Amino acid sequence: MPSDQPLKIAVRDLTKVFGSEPDKALALLNEGKTKQEIYEKTGQAVGVAKATFGVYEGETLVIMGLSGSGKSSLIRCINRLNEPTAGEIILDGQDITKLHQKDLLSLRRKRFGMVFQHFALFPHRSIRSNTEYGLEIQGVAAEERRERALKALKQVGLEGWEDALPGQLSGGMQQRVGLARALAVDPDILLMDEAFSALDPLIRRDMQQELVALQGEMHKTIIFITHDLDEALFLGNRIVLMKDARIEQIGTAEEILSSPATPYVERFVEEVDKSKVLTVSAVMQRPRTVAYPADGPRTVLRKMEEEGFSLLCVVDTDHRHRGVVRDASALQSAQRGDKTIMSIIEPGIAPLAPDAPLRDLVPVLAETPMPAPVVDERGKLLGVVVRASLLRGLATGIAVSGAEPTEKAA
Amino acid sequence: MDIPQLPLAEWIDSGLEGLTDQFAGATRAISNVIETGIDATVSGLMWPQPWVVIGIFTLIAWRIAGFRVALFTVLGLGLLWNLQLWYPTMQTLTLVTIATLIAVAIGTPLGVLAALSRNAYRVIFPILDFMQTMPAFVYLIPAIPFFGLGPVSAVFSTVIFAMPPAIRLTTLGIRQVPPDLVEAADAFGSTKAQKLIKVQLPLAVPTIMAGINQTIMLALSMVVIAAMIGAEGLGGKVWTAIQRNEAGMGFQAGIAVVILAMILDRITQRIARANKPAQT
Repeated sequence: MPSDQPLKIAVRDLTKVFGSEPDKALALLNEGKTKQEIYEKTGQAVGVAKATFGVYEGETLVIMGLSGSGKSSLIRCINRLNEPTAGEIILDGQDITKLHQKDLLSLRRKRFGMVFQHFALFPHRSIRSNTEYGLEIQGVAAEERRERALKALKQVGLEGWEDALPGQLSGGMQQRVGLARALAVDPDILLMDEAFSALDPLIRRDMQQELVALQGEMHKTIIFITHDLDEALFLGNRIVLMKDARIEQIGTAEEILSSPATPYVERFVEEVDKSKVLTVSAVMQRPRTVAYPADGPRTVLRKMEEEGFSLLCVVDTDHRHRGVVRDASALQSAQRGDKTIMSIIEPGIAPLAPDAPLRDLVPVLAETPMPAPVVDERGKLLGVVVRASLLRGLATGIAVSGAEPTEKAA
Repeated sequence: MDIPQLPLAEWIDSGLEGLTDQFAGATRAISNVIETGIDATVSGLMWPQPWVVIGIFTLIAWRIAGFRVALFTVLGLGLLWNLQLWYPTMQTLTLVTIATLIAVAIGTPLGVLAALSRNAYRVIFPILDFMQTMPAFVYLIPAIPFFGLGPVSAVFSTVIFAMPPAIRLTTLGIRQVPPDLVEAADAFGSTKAQKLIKVQLPLAVPTIMAGINQTIMLALSMVVIAAMIGAEGLGGKVWTAIQRNEAGMGFQAGIAVVILAMILDRITQRIARANKPAQT
C-alpha cells in the first residue's frame, strides 16, 4: 500500500492568489471567507486556498474537481509554473517554494515530468525531437538523448513513428508522445494535467489502462488532475476532491463513495453515478442453452448437466421468455414421471429491457443467484445477466471493488 | 492676442545639426561601408552577361517558388534587359537588398525584445506608430545632412521607412506562440534563451518571414522615392521622366519596378509558407 511508503511531497497551507493585492485576499482567507466573497470584496481571484495534503512515494494521487475548482492552479504550484502566494511544498525534505531560479530550473529538469491536456507538443519538431526536448535542454549528449527518447517511445508503444511530425498523429498517439516526453527525463514525479480529457472515450479508457500498466513497472509518484470521477476512481490510489479553491475531501475511492465528507462530495458522486450509461446489454450473455415447455424433465436435466448449470431459462418456440426451471424441481418431475416440464416452470426474475441501467439490477441480484432475463419489446429472450457478469461490469465501469487499488499499487 | 509661434522647426534643425556634428565620424564610417557595399554588389551583378544573372535568378525562383514564378522571372527580367533597363534594375535591386538586410538585422532583435519585455514594448511600439504615420518624404531630408546626397542616404531613409513591419511581425509571431507550448517549455526547465531559440523563434518564423516580405515591398517603394536624393536606379529613371515630362519612359521604369516587386514578393512569400509547420 502506498500509504506505507514515505511521504514524497507534503503540501501545507498552499495558497495561490491571482491578482495585484494577494495580501488582502490572504487576510480574508484567514478569516474563513470564501473564494466568491473575496472576489467580490477585493477583485482578487483565489486559485488555491490553504491546501494541505501529502503524496506518498509511488502512489497515484488524483486531484478531482469541476472546472474552476482550482485543480490546475494547484498542480502548477507544485512545479511553480504558478508562483505560490503562501504555504510550503516540501519535496524530499526541501521546501521548493524557497528555491532560487537556478535550483528551480534544475528541479523542473530532473524531478518533474509534465503531461498536458492539449498535449502541447512542439509542432515544428519530430516525434523523436519532441521526446528528446527535456534531455536536450539539460545538455545530454545527442547519442544518449536519442537512446533514451527511443526507449520512452517504446514504452508508450510508438516505435516506428520517430520521424513523424505531431500533426500527422491522432490525438491518442499525440498524448502518448506527451507521456514519452515526460518519461524520457526519468523524473520521480509525473504531473498529469487532465492528460486524457481531450481524448475520445474509448481511447481514453485505453490510455488509463496503459498508464496503470506502466505505473506497475515504473512506480513513479503521479499527481493526476481530472474532472471525471470514473477516471479518478480508476486511476487513483487516493483522491483529493476540490471545490472553489478548497479541498473538500481526501480519501481512497471507497471512502469517497461510501462516506462523502460534505454534501458537495455526496452530490458530486451521485451526479456522476446517475450520468452513468452502463446498461444491462453491456454485460448480458447470450443463453447458449434454453429449455422448451415441451421438453421432458430428463432432457432438461441432461442439458443442465452438459452446461453445468443448475437452472435454465424456458422459452417457447418463438423464443419468447416463459420463465425458468430449476434442477431440483426437474429431478422431482422426472421421478413423478411427468411428460413435460410445463408444470414446474417458475416465473423467476421479472424480465428487463436491454437499455435498463445496470444499477437497477444490483438489489435484485443481491437477493438471488438466479439469472436475470433480458428481453426485447416482443418478449423474445435476448440474453441473461448473472451475478458474476454484473460485478465484472461494475468493476470495470467504475472500479468500486476494494481490491483493485491495492493490486495496482502492488 | 498674439501667441508667438512655437519654434518647433528650429528646435528640430538645431537638434539634427548637433547630432550631425556629434556623429560626423560615425556617419562617415557607416557611409563608407555602405557605399562600398553598394558599389561592390552592383558591379558584381553587372560583371557577368545579363543572361547569366537572369539564369541564376530563374533557377532560384524555380527551386523556391516553382515553375510558374520561374517562367515569370525569365520573361520579366528578359523584358527589362530588352528595354535597356538592366543597369538601373540591378541598382534598385542592390539598394533594396542592402536596406532590407539592415532593416531586418536591426528590426528582428528589437521585435524579440518587444515581445519579451513589456517595458521595451511600451517604448518601441509608439515609436513605430510615429514612424509609420510620418509621410515617407520627410525621412529624405535628415538623411542628407548625415550622409549627403546619394545612394547611402537613400539606403538610410529606406531602412527607417521599411523597418516597422520587421519589428511588428517579429513581436506578433513570438506572442502568437500558443501559451501551452511556452508552458511546456517552462515545465521541462528551459531557460529563457532556450525557450526563445528552441520554441518561440522557430514557431514565429512564418510570421517573421511575412514581416520581411512586407519590409522588402516597402523598401522597393521607398528606393523609388529616394531617387529625389540621388538614389539612382529605376527611381532615378522615373524622376528624370517627371522632370522631362516623358510619360512613356516613366511608365517603362514603373513597370520594371512592378516586375521586380512581383518576383521578390512571390519568392519570399513561398519561403514564409514553406516554414509553416503542420498545425495540430
